[in-house]
Amino acid sequence: MGTPIPMEKIIEKKPYFKYLRLDKMPTIWCPGCGIGQAFRAACMALDELGISNDQVAMVSGIGCSSRTPGYFDGFTLHTTHGRALTFATGLKLSKPELTTLVFTGDGDALAIGGNHFIHAARRNIDLTVVLINNWIYGMTGGQVSPTTPEGAYATTTPYGNYEPQFDIARVAIAAGATYVARGTAYHAMELKKLIMDGIKHKGFALIEVLSPCTIVYGRKNRMSIEEMYFWFKENTIPVKAWEKLPEEKRAGKIPRGVLYHDDSRPEYCEVYWNKVKQLSGGE
Amino acid sequence: MAAKGIVVVKEEWCKGCNICAAVCPTQVLKLDKVRAVMTVAHPEKCIGCKQCEMICPDFCIYVFTPEEYEEIASA
Repeated sequence: MGTPIPMEKIIEKKPYFKYLRLDKMPTIWCPGCGIGQAFRAACMALDELGISNDQVAMVSGIGCSSRTPGYFDGFTLHTTHGRALTFATGLKLSKPELTTLVFTGDGDALAIGGNHFIHAARRNIDLTVVLINNWIYGMTGGQVSPTTPEGAYATTTPYGNYEPQFDIARVAIAAGATYVARGTAYHAMELKKLIMDGIKHKGFALIEVLSPCTIVYGRKNRMSIEEMYFWFKENTIPVKAWEKLPEEKRAGKIPRGVLYHDDSRPEYCEVYWNKVKQLSGGE
Repeated sequence: MAAKGIVVVKEEWCKGCNICAAVCPTQVLKLDKVRAVMTVAHPEKCIGCKQCEMICPDFCIYVFTPEEYEEIASA
């Protein structure tokens, strides 16, 4: 226990470590940030599906969550604010054989990139979007984001947030996403399974990860790191149990698990390349 | 009772967020508040559930079975 173990030995026993750029570690995120769990879940999902490093591309925009590709050993693309999904759409269209993961945050995907988000969902392009929802703009110092809960404090809402909150899953379902799931940073193994199903799904897969912003949101709202994690444990319930709950008991609880899954709609890349083939005379 | 898991903490990567200690069912881990790193205070109590490994956001806790650890340490 006291003797340090060489990293190569650890990689041997923990195969998902092959997706990490170990020379860039430790990560830049604050202590207790939930992005690490989401990143680990994605690495474990890739490992379990047997996708090698050169078959996967990770795309991100700007924000805390978008620092993830910096630690990922594979094809990575760190793009402009809110445009992760646009770049990912282009990448997927030109290289449909690549598994494309998009790491994005609530501010990145829903505020500045909201338009791109709904249109990527509408096209049903085969992307796996891991949307890390920490309820605040963490990187820029804690401004209110579209998903900040009502009544929560942020730098720009010193008297409590009075705007209604976005429900990301419902936005995505309405826009046309065909796989919508919600996990939390606390439920690590469940999150891995959700991301795995998202990668396997042919079409737009959205996995919303509820993740604590321990330093910025936690400090503003007087919650410790452990309290935030246990909040997720107590206030999220599996979607099957949620459906059985009577209406009056649902207040304040968040369903987690696979919220929507539809395999019937055609995938965009397929439609696009079939059209190209058809117009070019079958070649 | 012998430990069912061997917990290893990579101290260089640890940020001392204390979640692993909070989720540990048998209080194996303890935060060193001075250095802000996690320490293995009671290694003999480990039941090998790997909750700490799974919740660690900084990839710095590893739980091995005693056989695995022996294999690593001897090589």
